[in-house]
Amino acid sequence: MTSDNTTTKPSARAAGGTGEELPGGARRESAVGGVWQALASGPAGFLGSLWPVRAMGYLLAGGVLGLGWLFLAVGLVVVGILLLPTGVGVIALLCVPASAAGLAGLERRRLRWLDPREAPSPHQNGYAPGEDEAGGNAARRALRRLWRRARTPATWVEFGFALPNAVLSVLDLLVVVLGLGLVASQPFALLTVLGGDQVMYGEGIVLTEPVQVLPWLLLTPVFAALACYTFAGLAGMRAALARAALVGPRREKELDARLTEVTASRARLADAFEVERRRIERDLHDGAQQRLTGLIMTLGLAKLDADPALVAKAQDEARAVLAELRDLVHGIQPSVLTDRGLGAALEALAERSPVPVRVDERLGSLRPAEALEIAAYFAASEALTNVAKHSGAAHATVTVRGGRTLTVEVRDDGRGGADPERGTGLTGLADRLAVHGGRLRLSSPPGGPTVVRMELPWADGAQGAGAREDGSTTGLTEPPREGRREIHAAGDC
Amino acid sequence: MRLVIAEDSVLLREGLSQILARFGHEVCAGVGDAPALLEAVAAHAPDCVVTDVRMPPGLRDEGLRAALQLRTEHPALPVLVLSQYVENSYAADLLATGDGVGYLLKDRVGEVAEFIEALERVAAGGTAIDPEVVRRLLAPDREPAELRRLTAREREVLAAMAEGRSNGGIARALVVSEAAVVKHVRSILTKLDLPPAPDDHRRVLAVLAYLRHPDRSPATAADPAPAPARTPRHPA
Repeated sequence: MTSDNTTTKPSARAAGGTGEELPGGARRESAVGGVWQALASGPAGFLGSLWPVRAMGYLLAGGVLGLGWLFLAVGLVVVGILLLPTGVGVIALLCVPASAAGLAGLERRRLRWLDPREAPSPHQNGYAPGEDEAGGNAARRALRRLWRRARTPATWVEFGFALPNAVLSVLDLLVVVLGLGLVASQPFALLTVLGGDQVMYGEGIVLTEPVQVLPWLLLTPVFAALACYTFAGLAGMRAALARAALVGPRREKELDARLTEVTASRARLADAFEVERRRIERDLHDGAQQRLTGLIMTLGLAKLDADPALVAKAQDEARAVLAELRDLVHGIQPSVLTDRGLGAALEALAERSPVPVRVDERLGSLRPAEALEIAAYFAASEALTNVAKHSGAAHATVTVRGGRTLTVEVRDDGRGGADPERGTGLTGLADRLAVHGGRLRLSSPPGGPTVVRMELPWADGAQGAGAREDGSTTGLTEPPREGRREIHAAGDC
Repeated sequence: MRLVIAEDSVLLREGLSQILARFGHEVCAGVGDAPALLEAVAAHAPDCVVTDVRMPPGLRDEGLRAALQLRTEHPALPVLVLSQYVENSYAADLLATGDGVGYLLKDRVGEVAEFIEALERVAAGGTAIDPEVVRRLLAPDREPAELRRLTAREREVLAAMAEGRSNGGIARALVVSEAAVVKHVRSILTKLDLPPAPDDHRRVLAVLAYLRHPDRSPATAADPAPAPARTPRHPA
């Protein structure tokens, strides 16, 4: 490759070496750039590429989708109106906007055929407090989801897109059929003449011999090029329209909505922190501080009288202070969580629970990030407190799973009927999880069972990764603390 | 003497009763909140009241409010306020109600003999201010420049004066003769340009007022009905 190169400078040769790949690279680049860039790349590049076929495919699929949706929507409306007295009609009517949202989802996905840019959904798919915590059976949950869809402004914009889109779809299909017909017309004429029939081109031009048709065949490439450009141009415009309607600037509004929710959630969190701070202050004041003062009084008396009974009393009081402080500190951050991880901490929590709790944890040697562990632990702790306080359950199970999400599920066999609207506990719980992009699902039909499912996007614990590295490297990094080593040793067996 | 004590922690109430009984004082009522304190005082007409600051129902400063109210209704009733925290403004509010008041940290009770001495001083119409209050007023960053003119011993005497101790009490605490204390006190009052006070309580007021606001005229600070440095937040 370099020996017969005419350039002499090594640097230029090197540049030539990379330059050889440029044409291919450039073509790939234009493919990345989308249909407009392909159109702009000149007739040779465009007509030689697969873009016209892609554009045609886009138009055909879009036409089928758009018309298909129209039939579906009309059907749903008719069924909905007919069945309105039975109540089922409401579901059918609610399905109309939801179906438009479904169509919009497909349209957004289809955009990738012609347009490499991201096409994010304007729908909020994060945590929505009080709405995600679905209770009741599957039908009610589905109904609630439909209702939520129908209440979202983005859904109605999508509906507004879907209606004219259906009309445009018919035009798309017409254009494709006409274009293909034009391209096929001359070869078809040739075949007709070969078959012995005659072909008439307007007034007075009647062709009966194949030789007479041949010059007209020259028109076919022109028609083909015309069709290619028409398809690409139309598809590009349709894609731009879809992008403007379905991806466009409304996303900012949705972001605003999410920001409002985040602000509200943050305010609730700040309140929760304030309550927590007060609780700790009160616990310290009413507990340890009073006990220590009492201890000082007892010691003062003991000093006066040198009474062994008073000294013994003082010792008991000191022990009580220590126990109280231990409980308080444990409530702030259980050391077993830091040292041994979520599974061990939940086991310890289960042992203290008045309701028998089985812990099923299968994280193995994996440890999520510390913040996730803490959030999951306190969420589980709150859920177990609710089980003990309200559910009347005889048993509870805590299931912990890792993977792409850290899932903690607390299930009890109690009376059910937990309602996030009534207590702030569940909302607070959801807020805590939302901080880490997680969410809370609650299923608690009257009569039970209650299932609280907490999901957090997984993030690896820095310590966990560090400890794993320690196992493979030559100990250049700092050795892990005893507790962590044990965890990973246990995980490796 | 006969006392009413108000303290919401049963543990501390018992401990306090035990200590008082050990020194021959009679606790005629031990109560757990401010309204009960007012009732108990009305019912038992005690010689002295010992009360906590933070009590039910609000768990804020109900005890202190009750103490100030008692002082207004019965100006001759000595009240000793025990607190978990030192709050100089509480001390100022109490001092503004006249003599026979005390403000001590709860853990001072552990120094049983000193606590009893302070209590008896208050019951006898004297004053007891927690050393911590005084220590804060004497903190180096807010100390008046004139204080640098005092000798180390004079500063100790000044602190003891601010706590409300009598000359005899100061002499015992510092293990010096009472005559020496008298000499030190006179020297301090001269150096700080404070008028000689007719009784211990006014001496405390003068010294504390001086420490809180050294630029204030000493004469007004020693006024028999002193306006406290800050107006009481709990007008009775």
